[in-house]
Amino acid sequence: MNWGSWSNFIDMGGRGFYVWGSYLITLVCIVLELGLLARHKRTLWQRLTQIMKLNKQG
Amino acid sequence: MKPRHKKLLWVLGGLSLLGVATGLVLNALKSNLNYFYSPTQVSNHEAPSNRSFRLGGLVVDGSLKRQTDGLTVEFVVTDTANNIPVRYKGILPDLFKEGKSVVAQGKLDADGRFNADQVLAKHDENYMPPEAAQALEDAKKLNAGKAPKP
Amino acid sequence: MTINWFKYSSPATFYPLAGKMIPLFYALAAILTVIGLYISFFVAPTDATQGEAYRIIFIHVPAAWMSMFIYLVMAMWAGLGLVMNTRLSSIMAQALAPTGAMFTFVALITGAFWGKPTWGTWWEWDARMTSELILLFLYIGYMSLTAAIDDVRRADKAGAILALVGAVNVPIIYFSVKWWNTLHQGASVSITHAPSMAKTMLLGMLIMALAAWMYSIAVALSRARLLMLEREKSTAWAQEVLEQKS
Repeated sequence: MNWGSWSNFIDMGGRGFYVWGSYLITLVCIVLELGLLARHKRTLWQRLTQIMKLNKQG
Repeated sequence: MKPRHKKLLWVLGGLSLLGVATGLVLNALKSNLNYFYSPTQVSNHEAPSNRSFRLGGLVVDGSLKRQTDGLTVEFVVTDTANNIPVRYKGILPDLFKEGKSVVAQGKLDADGRFNADQVLAKHDENYMPPEAAQALEDAKKLNAGKAPKP
Repeated sequence: MTINWFKYSSPATFYPLAGKMIPLFYALAAILTVIGLYISFFVAPTDATQGEAYRIIFIHVPAAWMSMFIYLVMAMWAGLGLVMNTRLSSIMAQALAPTGAMFTFVALITGAFWGKPTWGTWWEWDARMTSELILLFLYIGYMSLTAAIDDVRRADKAGAILALVGAVNVPIIYFSVKWWNTLHQGASVSITHAPSMAKTMLLGMLIMALAAWMYSIAVALSRARLLMLEREKSTAWAQEVLEQKS
């Protein structure tokens, strides 16, 4: 598939909004999922290491 | 109220909301589980006569006529067994083409014409480059030419 | 040679093993996505009827496949947890749910973005679309139910029942286009007939689907490790893990 130029590629035969829109939303969903997972990991580790320290002191 | 009970209330609330949503969706499905009726079903009076329904089928080749106002179109929808004439005022979707599938929403009038207020294009599951489609089209024409005359 | 599966299903073995495998799956997902996108946009030709709008297929179909497949795997793990009472099974079921919900949402949204320029509508209540929406509700219901019940065992059981009952929806989604008249077209790829797509289009779609698989495995394993650590925080192996990292 030879698009000829960048603007042709962006335009997607007049369907750029729909094609790029769906790819963009998918990207946002994936980034959101990975972000939530990273946050889950951070808060869990913070909590668990804190409990461990308290147990050692006590 | 204990936090435990409060939480339980939330769960029950959420689940009943989910249940209601599913119920509503299923109810919507019941009335149009079959999203559209075919021309044969319409001819056999299986489609509702007093309310709006959807008609689906192929647009007959060469049947598309535009009225002078430029907005109103008429075409014939077929399932190869029966034909239903359709009138529609509005903009047709890009994929609307003679020989291709459509789904139209509207009502039948007294003389059997379907007055549509929405027309959707229904495409098939075949994906191919334009050259392949052209080759297929040419082969079809060639075969049609070869076919013995009745 | 017999493999001792119970050894691998014990959290103390699974946790470090999964930790080693996750980067591999992320790397495979990234590589496959790059190759898949390249084929989807620079190798696959324009479609004869739909023009360039059809290129949404390269995420829509993989996402829709994953949404159904993940649900079946999730229900299987949940059912296994219910019957066998193995610790890992219920954790795997819960680890898969958010990813399945994400793919269901993506399938619905990309479907809307594809429907508008081709059919002429964002959304219609046809059997295929409606049953896929119910799938999203099922995922959300499963996640909120398991999250809302404090007692882990009871949460696992309640979730498993919901997941198993909801599994009937998956064949309904898959066969809806055959069983009823739908606006949605039939399957382009199925085991009963040759794919009705140009080869490079099919290749792009399959590679993108493979990338989605790798991504799902990586994310689900990461989530399973967190759930496991949380549930087993007072056991010896978990204490050891926490000790090493802190």
